[in-house]
Order: sequence, then structure tokens, then C-alpha cells
Amino acid sequence: MSIDVDEVTKIAKLACLSVNEDDVQSYATNLSNILDLVAQMDEVDTSGVTPMSHPFDAVQRLREDVVTDFDRREDFQAIAPKTEDGLYLVPKVIE
Amino acid sequence: MNSNYHTKTVTELSAMLQAGEVSSVELTRYFLDRIKSSDDKLNSFITICEQQALAQAAESDEKLKAGNAPALTGVPIAHKDIFCTDGVKTSCASKMLDNFISPYDATVVKNMRAAGVVMLGKTNMDEFAMGSSNETSYYGAVKNPWNLAAVPGGSSGGSAAAVGARLAPAATGTDTGGSIRQPAAFCGITGLKPTYGRVSRFGMIAFASSLDQAGPMGQSASDCALLLNAMAGFDEKDSTSIEKAVPDYSADLNKPLHGLRIGLPKEYFNIKDGGMDAAVEAAINTALDQYKAMGAELIDIELPNSALSVPVYYVVAPAECSANLSRFDGVRYGYRCDNPKDLNDLYTRSRGEAFGMEVQRRIMVGTYALSSGYYDAYYLKAQKCRHLISDDFKKAFEKVDVIMAPTTPATAFNIGEKTDDPIAMYLSDIFTIAVNLAGIPAMSIPVGFAKSSTGETMPVGLQIMGNYFAEAKLLNVAHQYQQQTDWHKQMPEEFKA
Repeated sequence: MSIDVDEVTKIAKLACLSVNEDDVQSYATNLSNILDLVAQMDEVDTSGVTPMSHPFDAVQRLREDVVTDFDRREDFQAIAPKTEDGLYLVPKVIE
Repeated sequence: MNSNYHTKTVTELSAMLQAGEVSSVELTRYFLDRIKSSDDKLNSFITICEQQALAQAAESDEKLKAGNAPALTGVPIAHKDIFCTDGVKTSCASKMLDNFISPYDATVVKNMRAAGVVMLGKTNMDEFAMGSSNETSYYGAVKNPWNLAAVPGGSSGGSAAAVGARLAPAATGTDTGGSIRQPAAFCGITGLKPTYGRVSRFGMIAFASSLDQAGPMGQSASDCALLLNAMAGFDEKDSTSIEKAVPDYSADLNKPLHGLRIGLPKEYFNIKDGGMDAAVEAAINTALDQYKAMGAELIDIELPNSALSVPVYYVVAPAECSANLSRFDGVRYGYRCDNPKDLNDLYTRSRGEAFGMEVQRRIMVGTYALSSGYYDAYYLKAQKCRHLISDDFKKAFEKVDVIMAPTTPATAFNIGEKTDDPIAMYLSDIFTIAVNLAGIPAMSIPVGFAKSSTGETMPVGLQIMGNYFAEAKLLNVAHQYQQQTDWHKQMPEEFKA
């Protein structure tokens, strides 16, 4: 499986990563090698095998919809890069 | 007065504290001094918590005086910097979280504090636990205490190096594909990865949620039992936590091993081209002979899908990491780039500037594997193969009580040796990954030394794997060996004093 530089650029965009121009080629090589390694799975017949998502086939536990935590907005926003009046600030989205 | 507290195990220190032979403040000061005077050689700590540690120690001393204090009261340990610690920097060894002061404690940290443990500091690791050598840390590589030119392993390399050099009597670690066991093997210490779901993942910064599990790293099986007693337990804040009573992991340590059936998977021995080191295999075989002498029976078994572990892991782990790390967006916490020109620029540049190359590589592999049209070929296929790997273990445990194999194919490699070749780095975890995919518990214990490729004498780890929730059995099997041998008591020359 070979990934070229255009695909790396596309994947990086999907992953919201700005990638350095100089690094694109090395990522292309690394990703191709990793996908070659992964391709060993193709040799295995998995027809009829169920996918395993949890060792005990456990399902999500449900609980009563009650308040179990208290408001800590100020603590949590104290570690944010930029806030104002309890809101997180980002560059203008709508012109 | 030199009290040599660093030569004592947690079990011994606990007894000394309970008997009033030493105070927690004295002990904590002793290890803080040791870290301050020796860690510049290792770089095993990211943060030292001097004030908090001394305050916790003073509190523990009060509890000890009052009587009936839990076993670990006053024992100082180190936490891997992947665990959130209230009011203390929690970086996950990433530039992304270099400025992150956690507003809450991970359940593991909270449980250990409730058990009286004192936190000395936060240990170095591979960035977001992605690595096998501790070279991907934003804070620089950690050195192996047995040879400062070698890696300590990863991702819990700081914890392993700190315990190996006795800068801390014990530490916590996390294991997604071998990150407790491989560094434990490389640094000559004892480490345990519990059954998936046994220890809460709440507040442990997520890498691959279906594989991540926290566990103890210490000098002996008996220490790991004490630590696991405090760490394990159901937590409603972790939706994959198992609702099952926690046994006393120290209770079975002294059971004799007569009649123990040990499975030896042929896929983990006599490997022709997997880089299996002859000296490592010799040390493993000597350990197996010791078990035989102790009354165990060695049985050849097969784990036919073992070779699939690495390929399956490098789909499942990156896929889950790409989803988990999407939370780092430069908006709510962590790094934000300067002067973003729009929202998309803020997201992509914050992430591009703050994640290291290995983390970006894995996010991209995962994003690709989960992207439209590829899900069935990669993630779904991997989850099916995972079932085959898990079934291999199920069948094996019908015939044997535990499975033994080397933890790693070779001793610690040198810093820089594998950094340019991600695949070679990934393959260094070839013997540890299957355990995480199946979700079973496993340990690594030191069983001797072997000459490395550069002629250094380096520790060798024996891996002991057990069936689901067989932690007490593993600890018993490891402890009995440690009663007959003293490999776990060996200390690197440079850190003996």
C-alpha cells in the first residue's frame, strides 16, 4: 500500500493537522510502511468472525439521569487559552 | 547518617512506617533529595512535587500516629505524568499540555492518596504514551540507569528508570501495548498490567481506550500486590470499569507452586528472524528451569495468531488515538498557536505545532483507517483478527494456569538506534501487544542479565501472562520465584550509594 504526498496532505486536513512542507515526504514513506505492515491482516480468513470491541463483550452501563457533579466552570475556564464572561473565545467564524 | 532507605522495598518501608522506625516526612525528604541529586543523569521526572509531597507526608504521619492506618500510609511513590493530578502540571510529555494544570485527580491518584501514598512527582514518558523508548517526550529522552547510553523502554520509561535507580520506591505506569512490561524488563524491575477494566481509566489521559490499562511498577511482586490493592476497583466514572470485587492481592503470595502448569507458546521461542537474542533466551530458559525445580510443569502450547498482533495493534491503537486526541483543539485547554487567522487555522496550527512527529504519524494512520470507505478494510478487519488472538489465549488457558515468554526479544537498545525507523521501533513490542488486544493481565519480572549488542550487561525480563482477573495468581507465581532468587534486588552500580 503506497501513500503519496497528496494523500498525506488530504489525511492531514481530515485530522486537522498543519504539516510542515518538509515533513510531507517522510510522512508519506512512514505511512506507506505502516500500511504495508498492517496489510498482513489481509492474509487471514476472518469470515464468520465477530469483531471484538471489548474483552468481556460488556455493554455500556446506564445510570439514572441525576446530577452527580457540581458547577466548576471557573476552574475549568481558568486553564483555557482565552475566555470572556464565561465563554471560550475563538477567531470570528461568521463575517 | 546514611539510612539507605532506597535499598528497601515498599513492603519493608511500609513495615518500618507502621512500626514508627521512620517517619513519612523523613522518608519523603530522603527520596526528594535523591531525585534532586541524581535525576539529572536520568531525566526520569518532569515535575517534582516537593511541597505537596511534604504536606502529604506530614498528614500521613498524623494518621500513622493515630493508629490503624492503611498499609501504604506514608510510602512515597511517583506517578506517570499521564495521570491527572489536581493542581499539579499534567503534561503527558507533550508540548500540547506543557501549560496544563489539572483541575482534578485521576481515580488512580485519588485511590492511592486515600490509601495514604505520598506523591513525590510526575515521571517522564513517551508523548501521549506513544513510543517504546521514551525518546518521543517533549522533555527529552530518559536514560536507562543500567547504561546511560541505552533507552529505559517506553512508554512508562520515566517510572521504570526512577524505580530502577531507586529514586522512588515504586511508581505507577500505564500499558497500552507493553508500556509497563517492556520498560520494567529494560530497567530490571517488576511491573504488572492488570486485566482490562480492573483499574479505572478516569483521569488517565486516553491513548487507545479499548487497550489502555494502569498498573504498578515496583521492586518486587509483593510490592506490586500492595500497590494494586490500592489502585484497583470499580469506578462509575469509567464506563468500561468492571464491577467485580477486588481481592487482597497479597493473600496468595505464599502459595506453593507445586503442580503449576506453565504454558510455553512456541511462537515466542526459537524465533528464526525476529531479532531474538540468544543471551536473552538463555536467561529465560534458566528461569524456566528454576520454576521446574519449584514443582511447576512446563507445557508446550500454541498461540497461532501471535504474528497478527503488531499489524492489528497498529490499526486499533492509531484509530482510537485519532479519535481521542481530537479533543486537543486549542480552545478549552492546552496549547494554542499565536495569531490564528481563522478557526480552522487555530485548530490545525495548534495541533501541528504542539504534537510531536510520532503522535502526528499515529493520528494520520488512524484518520486514514477510519476515513470513508476504509473502515471495513482496516478497523473492522482488525477487530475481527483481535477476536482470533483472544481466542488463542482462551484455548491455551484451558490447558495451563499461566503462560511464560520473554518480555522483549532483546535487552534495551541504544538511544537513537531506532528513532529513524518506526517499524523497527514497533516490532520491539512484538511479545507484549497480544496481551492488550486480548485484555488479559501480564507481568514482567527480572530474571537475570544478558550482554547487549554494545557489550553492556543489561537486565532481562520474563513475562508471565494469566487468564482474566488472574492477577493474584501472577503475583503468587512471581513472588515465589523472587523468594528463591535475588535478581529483583540487583541495583545499577551508578545508583547503589
